[in-house]
Amino acid sequence: MGKYQQKTIIIGGGILFALLLIMAQFKMIDLYVQSVIMFIGVNIIFATSLSIVNGYMGEFSCGHAGFMAVGAYVSSLMSVMLFTPDKATGLSVLPPSMSIYLFPVIIIIGGVVAGIAGLLVAIPSFKTRDDYLAIITIAVNFIIVTALNNMEVVGGSRGYMGMKKVIYGMEGIIKFPYMLFWVITFTIFAIFLIRRFITSTYGKGIIAIKQDEVAAEIMSVDTNHMKLVAFMFSSGLAGISGGLFAHVIGYVNPGSFSILKSTEGLVMVYLGGMGSLSGSVISAILFTILLEILRPLQILKWVIIPLMLILVMQFRPEGLMGDKELSDFFPKLKKYFKFK
Amino acid sequence: MSLLKITDLTQRFGGLTAVSDLQVDLEEGGLYGLIGPNGAGKTTIFNMVSGFYTPTEGTIDFDGTVINGKKPHSVTALGIGRTFQNIRLWHDMTVLDNIRLSQHYHLGYSVFEPFIRTKNYYSNEKRIEDKSMELLGVFNLQDIAQEFPKNLPYGIQRRVEIARALAANPKLLLLDEPAAGLSSADVVDLIDHIRWIHDNFDITIWMIEHQMEVIMNLCKYIKVIDFGKTIAEGTPDEIQKNPQVIKAYLGDEEEMYA
Ligand SMILES: Nc1ncnc2c1ncn2[C@@H]1O[C@H](COP(=O)(O)OP(=O)(O)OP(=O)(O)O)[C@@H](O)[C@H]1O
Ligand SMILES: [Mg+2]
Repeated sequence: MGKYQQKTIIIGGGILFALLLIMAQFKMIDLYVQSVIMFIGVNIIFATSLSIVNGYMGEFSCGHAGFMAVGAYVSSLMSVMLFTPDKATGLSVLPPSMSIYLFPVIIIIGGVVAGIAGLLVAIPSFKTRDDYLAIITIAVNFIIVTALNNMEVVGGSRGYMGMKKVIYGMEGIIKFPYMLFWVITFTIFAIFLIRRFITSTYGKGIIAIKQDEVAAEIMSVDTNHMKLVAFMFSSGLAGISGGLFAHVIGYVNPGSFSILKSTEGLVMVYLGGMGSLSGSVISAILFTILLEILRPLQILKWVIIPLMLILVMQFRPEGLMGDKELSDFFPKLKKYFKFK
Repeated sequence: MSLLKITDLTQRFGGLTAVSDLQVDLEEGGLYGLIGPNGAGKTTIFNMVSGFYTPTEGTIDFDGTVINGKKPHSVTALGIGRTFQNIRLWHDMTVLDNIRLSQHYHLGYSVFEPFIRTKNYYSNEKRIEDKSMELLGVFNLQDIAQEFPKNLPYGIQRRVEIARALAANPKLLLLDEPAAGLSSADVVDLIDHIRWIHDNFDITIWMIEHQMEVIMNLCKYIKVIDFGKTIAEGTPDEIQKNPQVIKAYLGDEEEMYA
């Protein structure tokens, strides 16, 4: 990948991004379309982060939404507590103007806490694998959702809100499509980090674990260390997607992070192809759009989506992309972007 | 100087004693053989030495450090490399990546550097790549650097696996039946190949092999085990004449003198 091409892609992408923001700023894009774009971003982060564990490392995590929940609640609590004016005094803990700068920090803190929650799965993974580990991940998802259901500080099963006010507060100071900006920025950031991880000899340690864990351990890969890093990295990014999700919707409740949400993540990863980053990105886009199209069908969509999964597994079990990247199908892209 | 010293090593699996009361002393620079009938416990010994099994009893002293109880990756980092009886390459990864990854114990950069890509990261990745390519070059495998092992002939896979073990700079190389599954022409090549590695890598080799041609040609000192116990040891000549060895191999005689 030449320096020149790399520049082209950065400048080209930057212009596109700026154009999108300007159009959003001047209401040239419908709010609904904006929200779909943001959901796509959230789902891309959610799916690609899951693909670290399920795609590259070859473990089967089915409770990824639990970590999304941790990030969503931690960042929501922080932004609401810090930036909502007190009823009596009319003052918030920190001046609302600071929310503009602190927002990304709060999202990242949500990610860090979710990363630490990832230890709940990482530590059992030292001794347990495959089906047994999958069961542990489901249990962790349940534990997190149940805990949130029973925590009155975060509204229990009623959920938690107030994040919209914080965003409105930010928009009141300087008008700007903050959420659109941050969702896209974090999406690019997440893909960028995962790609850097997975193209390094260090990160490839998790691919070695997938292909032959015994050989990996005997050939000098510290498999426990790599599992720890992979699970924490993966759940940390899920936490970031959760924080963004919460602030896009402005409302969270434990039910949004149930096993059903984890299943959506699995559908995206397996649809896209395990071990393909561009596959996860493409399927997250397709999946989000499909969900929107099928929305009028209500509950019926949960017949159609699993049906699709069955068909994919029957006729293309490796997913849309298998372990190939876009550049394997369109070799010319290699000039612009190194996928592996 | 003694490089590997094993004392009273025993491995039990439930009621089965796979290895019992084993004593081994390997001098630095030697080329040693380990033979015995099927199920004798040979691979189990290698699995203990490489840290994959924890011995039930006994000690393994490698280069002045007691290594039993250590995790396999740290044993590798201390200088023991190995190959497997049934090739265990990472089959969906290029040959080059296979070689690169066995240097995982010494990447020379921290956990965060792959993300921020410091100068140090790039220079170490380059060092690893150069070393891997050099090693492939030495084995005349440079042309298949971008191939996947699963698509390569068996004989080449064996070579790649040996190269991978050597990439971690071992002082002791354990070869578990390197000639298994090879054609007789490949076996002749393999003998030369192992001798060449032994001479050029300044390394101690300990190998398990069923094909007597290989063992008798290469090893200066051979240990014979049966049912987990040592039944004989000595030079190839002594071993071939040993009545107990002949008895253990009864029915396997053809192989013995093949
Ligand atoms: N993890 C294990 N659990 C239980 N039994 C085992 C285990 N590993 C090896 N064994 C048993 O220990 C005995 C020795 O096995 P080992 O693989 O060491 O034999 P070997 O000498 O390498 O034989 P071969 O020539 O067939 O490779 C066998 O009876 C085997 O079934
Ligand atoms: Mg064996």
